[in-house]
Amino acid sequence: MLIKKRTGIEIPSSQITPEHLYLSRRHFMKGAAAIAAGALLAACRPDPPTTLPPTVAASDETGAAPATAAAISVATDELGRAVNSFESITNYNNYYEFTVDKQRVAELAADFQTSPWRVVVTGMVDKPGIYEIDDLRRKFDQEERIYRLRCVEAWSMVIPWQGFPLAQLLQAAQPQSAAKYVRFQTLYDPEQMPGQKSSRYEWPYTEGLRLDEAMHPLTILATGLYGRDLLPQNGAPVRLVVPWKYGFKSIKSIVQIELTDVMPTSLWMAAAPHEYGFYANVNPEVDHPRWSQASERLIGVGRQETLMFNGYADQVAALYAGMDLRRNF
Amino acid sequence: MNTLLPKLDRHAQARLLRIATHAGALLPLALLFYDFWYYRLGADPVREAILRTGKPALILLLLSLTITPLMSLAGWKQLQPLRRPLGLYAFLYVCVHLAIFVGVDYELNLRLILDGLVNNPYVVVGFTAFLLLIPLAVTSTKASMRRLGKNWKRLHKLVYAVGVLAIWHFLWLAKDNGEALIYAGILAFLFLLRFQPIRQPLMRWRRALQNRRRRPAASKRAAIQPEAEL
Repeated sequence: MLIKKRTGIEIPSSQITPEHLYLSRRHFMKGAAAIAAGALLAACRPDPPTTLPPTVAASDETGAAPATAAAISVATDELGRAVNSFESITNYNNYYEFTVDKQRVAELAADFQTSPWRVVVTGMVDKPGIYEIDDLRRKFDQEERIYRLRCVEAWSMVIPWQGFPLAQLLQAAQPQSAAKYVRFQTLYDPEQMPGQKSSRYEWPYTEGLRLDEAMHPLTILATGLYGRDLLPQNGAPVRLVVPWKYGFKSIKSIVQIELTDVMPTSLWMAAAPHEYGFYANVNPEVDHPRWSQASERLIGVGRQETLMFNGYADQVAALYAGMDLRRNF
Repeated sequence: MNTLLPKLDRHAQARLLRIATHAGALLPLALLFYDFWYYRLGADPVREAILRTGKPALILLLLSLTITPLMSLAGWKQLQPLRRPLGLYAFLYVCVHLAIFVGVDYELNLRLILDGLVNNPYVVVGFTAFLLLIPLAVTSTKASMRRLGKNWKRLHKLVYAVGVLAIWHFLWLAKDNGEALIYAGILAFLFLLRFQPIRQPLMRWRRALQNRRRRPAASKRAAIQPEAEL
């Protein structure tokens, strides 16, 4: 069952870009594009293609609703940013298990088997369990959440997910009082995921959250986007979405969720500890050692200033009260 | 090279090489424009355009660096006129690359560009490479070569620094960039070829090979000569 509801986040009016600024920025962008292409030539450029990608056409035959704005209840996030197109969201993916080439993940992941699929909930819980993917979809009410996704590489998208709060699953498992962290693991299957044959990284992909982060109402397990089931390139059949952290924290194709009392070491922490920390909160003031995090390229729109905690500071800043975010990056 | 183009005289060969160089160097730009025109640059066209101007710049720069060793070690003197256009095309791609970064990606937003310049170490490295290329492009004319004399060669040694900075820039800009390591390997190899303890034995070996080939050829020519005069 799909309950359509807003995330319940109030927009502080201070965060809404005044219309004249917004318009002048658009004007400026158009100007820059025109210079690049040559104003005269740009007038002759054909209109952008409106046909949906083959993946959408194929699933349309199964009777699913088309993946357009009509499939979701609202077309913008609470800051007024338009959701990205289904085509962009499903053809521009960081999923190193398949390839490091963002534009080729969709093709290489097309045959990935997402059914049958089991998620094991284990570790310091009173009620460990094994959930079939359909159980997760049935037992927990699926909600629509329109979230900004900010990649550590300084680009971002706005994505209409469906999923349910991770807290609901954790509550069902009843964490023990000693549990402090949640550790997540992606499927390990090099036959299906050719990237896992590379010894550059310590597979399987592992991520972690502090228990209070995992229980936060903004943290969800997503099973779909744009009103349909997740496609493999987006982390099918179930993935984490933690919107105030860099995208790599939102681990895909999860097979195991373990409660523990030791801080998990994520794949990226192991690969480059001085560049990727445990928290990985979006923070425009703490740069990556090799690039600035002050701004980002919002796909389909253009350059935006990066917001503290990706614009979710009012909801999550309290989780980090008193912490030195430069050290705990 | 001579076996590749057996029937062409020197002039035709030179012209063909020049045309191939110009066409090859402009092809990535033409393809980029074509893909831009028909919306084939994917979800993030800005990034794609930046990558597809940066990479040709690096490849052209490396190609310009291969000309000298190919001339001195393989004796392909006919490549000499290609070095300048290769270098200048590399500079052209760097300019387009930078223009897209400043004008389209950062939308001429001076404050963000400044942040981008100061807090993006990979941009600092790339921008330095661009600055170092400017005097090389400006003094690429024959007139400058004459005017600067010995100093021209000294000045143009900067191209090695540009090569190192360009690869460093490429290596640093992504989470993980294995591809940049390939270019680093090529550049390291080109450096080795210029390193005297390696270059000299190679030159000696080449001269010995040439002498062995030339001697029988020379005697044959001497024998044919009188007949040719008839």
